[in-house]
Amino acid sequence: MSIAVRFQQVSRHYGAVRAVDDLNLEIAEGEFFALLGPSGSGKTTCLRLIAGFEQPTAGHIEIFGERAEGVPPYLRNVNTVFQDYALFPHLNVIDNVAFGLMVRGVDAKARRKQAEEALELVKLSGFGDRKPGQLSGGQRQRVALARALINRPKVLLLDEPLGALDLKLREQMQDELKSLQKSLNITFVFVTHDQGEALSMADRVAVFNHGKIMQAGTPEDIYQRPHSRFVADFVGSSNLLPPVLVKSVGGPERWASLRPEALSIAPEGQPERARGKVAALTYLGASVRIALDVGGERLTMVLPARGTLPAVGEDVPLHWDDDALHVMEDEK
Amino acid sequence: MSAEAAGISASRTGVLGRLSDLFWRRPNLLLILMLAPPLLWLGIIYIGSLIALLLQSFFSIDEFSGLINHEFTLKTYAELLRPANFDIIVRTVTMAAAVTIASTFIAFPIAYFAARYARGKWKALFYLGVMLPLWSSYLVKIYAWKLILAKEGILTWLFGTLGLTPVLDGVLALPVIGGNSLSVSYIGTFIVFVYVWLPYMVLPIQAALERVPNNLIEAAADLGARPRQGFRFVILPLALPGIIAGSIFTFSLTLGDYIIPQIIGSSRLFIGQAVYTQQGTAGNIPLAAAFTVVPIVIMGLYLWMAKRQGAFDAL
Repeated sequence: MSIAVRFQQVSRHYGAVRAVDDLNLEIAEGEFFALLGPSGSGKTTCLRLIAGFEQPTAGHIEIFGERAEGVPPYLRNVNTVFQDYALFPHLNVIDNVAFGLMVRGVDAKARRKQAEEALELVKLSGFGDRKPGQLSGGQRQRVALARALINRPKVLLLDEPLGALDLKLREQMQDELKSLQKSLNITFVFVTHDQGEALSMADRVAVFNHGKIMQAGTPEDIYQRPHSRFVADFVGSSNLLPPVLVKSVGGPERWASLRPEALSIAPEGQPERARGKVAALTYLGASVRIALDVGGERLTMVLPARGTLPAVGEDVPLHWDDDALHVMEDEK
Repeated sequence: MSAEAAGISASRTGVLGRLSDLFWRRPNLLLILMLAPPLLWLGIIYIGSLIALLLQSFFSIDEFSGLINHEFTLKTYAELLRPANFDIIVRTVTMAAAVTIASTFIAFPIAYFAARYARGKWKALFYLGVMLPLWSSYLVKIYAWKLILAKEGILTWLFGTLGLTPVLDGVLALPVIGGNSLSVSYIGTFIVFVYVWLPYMVLPIQAALERVPNNLIEAAADLGARPRQGFRFVILPLALPGIIAGSIFTFSLTLGDYIIPQIIGSSRLFIGQAVYTQQGTAGNIPLAAAFTVVPIVIMGLYLWMAKRQGAFDAL
């Protein structure tokens, strides 16, 4: 398997601001790769560096083994689905989708046919004569996708493409994007600040902060075995245990993470790992979130709503499996 | 504990208070009150006088007595087609078209810079630079230009100093548009027209370009459009409404102006001057009115054609 995109010590500085700082990254061909991070963490700049809208201040970028620095966007076999879709308002849907073919000199008849096929792919047949202004957000998103895919890019870049959609549509599009990526076998690079989206869709995830990659790995790696407090905190609500507490429950004197769903009330007769005082209960439908006070630390536990639940103020024995407590190597 | 607030406060007292409550309940009433004065002005004073003018053009003048004959006739319009009058129309429309085209080419780069690159201080400087000429008197500017363009003026001197006198003489020797000096040639009239109306072209184009999001240009490049194609297929169509708006200004202002051609240029008449002479010295109000209808018809045709070409699709 070849490398689709390679960053070697890439930096992009704006004056004193280091949007991307000495970054190394490898994205494999055919991979669905997510760049995850809070706003201002450098993930979008990273995407723009791949697209060619930005040039690195330092370092090298390779796209399928070829140097990409100094190569303008229109010479790169890379296409982008923009955050707000960036559809051309003066062109109808067909002409928007066929734009890439038009500028390459494909004749009108052939590009209309291909554009209609591309619209079929994103389930928008029959919308060709409408203007972007007459479409809903979800439909515009599909047009933007068809417009990018028609050029058969080697890498498809998606900049928070689902951000503007409502929850239900977003979930539907997540599934469709995923299956589209599998069937077309195109490398997808996906920028998002939504950890749920990144974990559910991507083959691999890179978590960004302050222009650096904090951790890159499979969703399971990132979620179950975060290397740092930042990753544990950003990727899902995790309990962070300070070294003193970790030591008191029998671990090394280091920071550790403990997922809320890994915590449970120790059944009678079973050894307890710690005791916690119930501070609050929040009903979530299928489950109940319980805030616990453990040795002065506030931990969260999630229990199924059907079982017997402790009352506020009750002192409960706590249990977790040996491998649930994840000690973070990167944190002292 | 202080007095408890009621769920609903008491109605306001006083004329203004009641009035504003009334307007809140009946927002249409407020709208009617606000729109009535401008609509009356536009409807009666403005459109009304235009209609009166149109009516005048369908009257004719009795050639012996010089009195206006108040019977509907197309005779006055037929007079427009007489060679002497038709020349005036052709001359004016040609000048207006030339001025509009030149203004577009000069204004676009300025507007493009202002909309896409100028920020902060530079933007303020742009507005100042474009608007500043509009703050000074129109007449003073034109007389200043007469001095600049005169045979003894600074331009002649400049060409002489640079050793380019033959170039200037060559330009002035051109048939029709040349002349004795720039200030008495069509070239001079053209230069001053472009100078005076340029801001009216720059500002609408700048406003249109300002509304083109940067990511559309990025999207074009992303899809493989070279800069020239991005300009041709994305920037230009989106700027077109602005160019059309600007061209309406430069075209119609040139069509109607009677001062610039009177001060600078050959003594041959433009439509505005024809109207001025016909209603003044000649006392032929119907012909003056008919001349005035010409720019209106031309602008109407122009807008109709622009719409058919899809110039307003991006609006």
